[in-house]
Amino acid sequence: MKAAAFDYIRAENLSHALDMLSQNGGDAKLIAGGQSLVPMMAMRLARPSLLIDINRLDELKNIEMTEGQVKLGAGVRQRDLEFHPQLHALLPLVGKGLQWVGHEQTRNRGTVGGSLVHADPSAELALAALVLEASLKLESKSDGSRQLKANEFFLGPMFTAVSDTEALTQIDWPVWQGTRIGTAFEETAIRKGDFAMASAACQIQTHEDGRVHRISFGLGGVDGTPLAFPDLAKTLIGQTISPDQARHIAHEAVQSTQPGSDMHATAAYRKHLAEVLLCRALETAYAQACATLHASSIT
Amino acid sequence: MTDSTHSFQKSIQIEVNGTLQRRLVEPRTSLVDFIRDDLGLTGTHVGCEHGVCGACTVMLNDEPVRSCCMFAVQADDMRVTTVEGLAPERGVMTKIQDAFCEKHALQCGYCTPGMLMACHALVADNPHPTEDQVRDAISSNICRCTGYQQIVDAVMHATQPESK
Repeated sequence: MKAAAFDYIRAENLSHALDMLSQNGGDAKLIAGGQSLVPMMAMRLARPSLLIDINRLDELKNIEMTEGQVKLGAGVRQRDLEFHPQLHALLPLVGKGLQWVGHEQTRNRGTVGGSLVHADPSAELALAALVLEASLKLESKSDGSRQLKANEFFLGPMFTAVSDTEALTQIDWPVWQGTRIGTAFEETAIRKGDFAMASAACQIQTHEDGRVHRISFGLGGVDGTPLAFPDLAKTLIGQTISPDQARHIAHEAVQSTQPGSDMHATAAYRKHLAEVLLCRALETAYAQACATLHASSIT
Repeated sequence: MTDSTHSFQKSIQIEVNGTLQRRLVEPRTSLVDFIRDDLGLTGTHVGCEHGVCGACTVMLNDEPVRSCCMFAVQADDMRVTTVEGLAPERGVMTKIQDAFCEKHALQCGYCTPGMLMACHALVADNPHPTEDQVRDAISSNICRCTGYQQIVDAVMHATQPESK
């Protein structure tokens, strides 16, 4: 359980980090909080020959919250985001999801970008990014920068569109406009803070009469990547959501999932959990949207 | 890359329990191994070595972290407090440490340093936690003697003197 030998360099700035990455290609890894990478190295599932430490780069720690959009530097600590005074008003789904991310000890080190590039299929921030259609900025020395939508970013378990010489530098989160917005993040894990056996996230905006105006939902931990269900969500536009309908939609959603089995839960049990959690998320978010008579105050 | 690790050694300085420690370390040395092996401070325990059990919890710049989940080089120029640094002086214990004795909050003692760090971190932010908050705070740490109830009792005892 000791990492293999490697060399270590602390990047002076982002450009220096990108330089080092392009020089060392697949042999080098960026490290920020290290809460995913260090255990992987301890178990020798990862054996980089060089670690480039970007954890102290202020240029990756930017938090910009406006009414239209939240821009987060990839190096923003989960704990700093958790306690940001505007987080729950602007990105309530992220606020709720963060409560399930590891423990205080890990959130004190772990970063937003680190969780996303690690791409654990059960990661809460990855699910939130997918459901909210976040946009991820990748930068490299040779190719400049490109933007990817979350659904283009996650390709498989621990596998993303980030190339060996690229760094995730910024995540842009659209902020839903208007009122009557409800959110829910439901999860089951062996112990709070452990990897989700299944999780469900949902955000709904309703009209005054309770019909759905906008809806997005997804599941974590039940496939190689988190999953969103835009086609299924579309069928709810203009509808009200009864408990029966929530059950029906949750049942439909899990049909396409391919969860794995392990010592904690069989695939069938994970599917069952996902269905129950998604049903609960749909009902909770819908009830909250309907109950929100007044604008959430954005200061 | 060569397998020889000597060329990789880095010079670091970390303030541990108020004392500045300068050492040469291999980058792959975890912070907990540095604390135990290089500094001889064996109060901090190594349990799972991959961030699950919490036995290695220390304060890094006054915030609790898992010292198995970071390399010592990452803590360069930072401040670390270990379980040895909780009490103000030798022979004295903190209120929570005293309460751990009083309420039998340990059996084998393996989880105790991590539990103490987690509980001190909680109480630093929240001097009068509820039972639920204590349970939430120690959910990050595993006790295989299943002594959780007494640990909760100890923290409640130490933080709510009127309940004595």
